[in-house]
Amino acid sequence: MSATGTYNKLVPEPTPHSAPYWEGLNRRKLLLQKCCGCGRIRHYPQPMCPSCHSTEVEWVEASGRGVIHSWTITHHAFHPGVRDDLPYTLATVDLDEGVRMLAQLRAVPAEKLRIGLPVRVDYETVKDGLTLPYLVPGEPA
Amino acid sequence: MSLREKGAITGVGETAYSRESGRSVLSLQLEASLKAIEDAGLKPADIDGVIPYSGVVAEDFITNLGLPDLRFSAVTPLGGASCVAAVQCAVAAIAAGICNHVLIPVGRNGASGGRIGMRVQQMPQFRLVGEFEMPLGAIAPAQLYAPMARRHMELYGTTSRQLGEIAVSTRANAMLNGNAVMTKPMSIEDHQASRMISDPFRLFDCSLESDGSCAIVVSGAERARDLRKPPVMVMGIAEGHPDSPSVITQRPDMTRLGIAKAAPRAFEMAGVKHDDIDVAEIYDCFTYIVMCQLEDLGFCKKGEGGPFVESGAIRLGGKLPVNTHGGLLSQAHMVGMNHIAELVRQLRGEAGKAQVRDAEIGLVTGYGDMGDGSVAIMRRG
Ligand SMILES: [Zn+2]
Repeated sequence: MSATGTYNKLVPEPTPHSAPYWEGLNRRKLLLQKCCGCGRIRHYPQPMCPSCHSTEVEWVEASGRGVIHSWTITHHAFHPGVRDDLPYTLATVDLDEGVRMLAQLRAVPAEKLRIGLPVRVDYETVKDGLTLPYLVPGEPA
Repeated sequence: MSLREKGAITGVGETAYSRESGRSVLSLQLEASLKAIEDAGLKPADIDGVIPYSGVVAEDFITNLGLPDLRFSAVTPLGGASCVAAVQCAVAAIAAGICNHVLIPVGRNGASGGRIGMRVQQMPQFRLVGEFEMPLGAIAPAQLYAPMARRHMELYGTTSRQLGEIAVSTRANAMLNGNAVMTKPMSIEDHQASRMISDPFRLFDCSLESDGSCAIVVSGAERARDLRKPPVMVMGIAEGHPDSPSVITQRPDMTRLGIAKAAPRAFEMAGVKHDDIDVAEIYDCFTYIVMCQLEDLGFCKKGEGGPFVESGAIRLGGKLPVNTHGGLLSQAHMVGMNHIAELVRQLRGEAGKAQVRDAEIGLVTGYGDMGDGSVAIMRRG
């Protein structure tokens, strides 16, 4: 968060399909869509299950645990709002629930990054009504 | 019915490529379009189909070129895979008897107009990335694509120097082209010294932001034989979309692009084998994307792209010369239409200092929008 209190990064525009996800983050919970028709968990939120075409979902809380699938370390500010964060690591993570997420990974030096590294999700309220997930080192399963 | 040998590229036209043209996208496209129509030996009034790219519409071409009877228009919104996909669309429309000569222009002022990296969040095909990744700092294609390259490196031992070989050989080719933005030689050391953008992508792994336009004319195979230049026949053509097409994060196999699905279809339609391909123009928004496509096309096995390019195979004089014009990395970012134009020149024997000797059959690809792919195999007609 910038010192002046004005948040100048890109912000999400939740849709009716994704609002529960963002509301969950505000309660420090990582919520995923689970299909009421076949039980498949999907992410990112979408209106229809690609397996059974049901549009009914329940929102289930993820464990917040996973392992690194890949990553990038960004050194260039593609948006003015991220200039003070450089360099930052973006990690793609295989969650225990079988879907992936992407978030900034903190407290892991570049030389320690590897596929399979355990991580867990934490949360940060960056502005009124917006909480974002980030990743920190996790315990091996 | 297949589209094999149903259509041909009969005309190509390019403006000068630059970093700052100070001209509108439409003005640039009209110039390239007139050149392509002239190259085909046609008159603007002969054009009865248009597939515009973005920022302009078919009506702009009716109005400005004075097209009396446009019978077909469409859009192929596959990002960098759009141009080759547009050729497929044009050949299909021609084969169906809808029209005879389809103009396919692209143009942009990516350097002097809106920055390419900042534009993505407004595009509807990036809705999911825009909502779930950009707010977390994953904003630009370099950042969104880098995890594909990193995973390839971790799984297969691919190195930054191997990616650098693609940048270096592409630059060497650009220096033979009279219309390339980048004209200074590049060594592997220069590549390794270029600043890190989003690891593993260095500055010289990234394509240019350019101003200019490139246009082609696609005609029916029969009519093509009577036009000014030898036709370049479309032997096989296909598009393919990867699993999880809008979001790389959720893609089951992050190292496999949409072109992996399209390539077998295009080769089967063309009735040729990989060894028959004399020259390849491979969409190169990033060095890694070239390597991954070479694998997905079947020129080498998955994971062997690094050693393949390191062997010199893709250099002029190598087993498979790639991006003989300098590509998006060093000629100009014309969304890959410049790749089609270069393949046409190669197969006509008009490629100048970069001419691949006796080039008879060539391949051109497109890649875009997080992994969509398109591929065409063409021959000298
Ligand atoms: Zn279902």
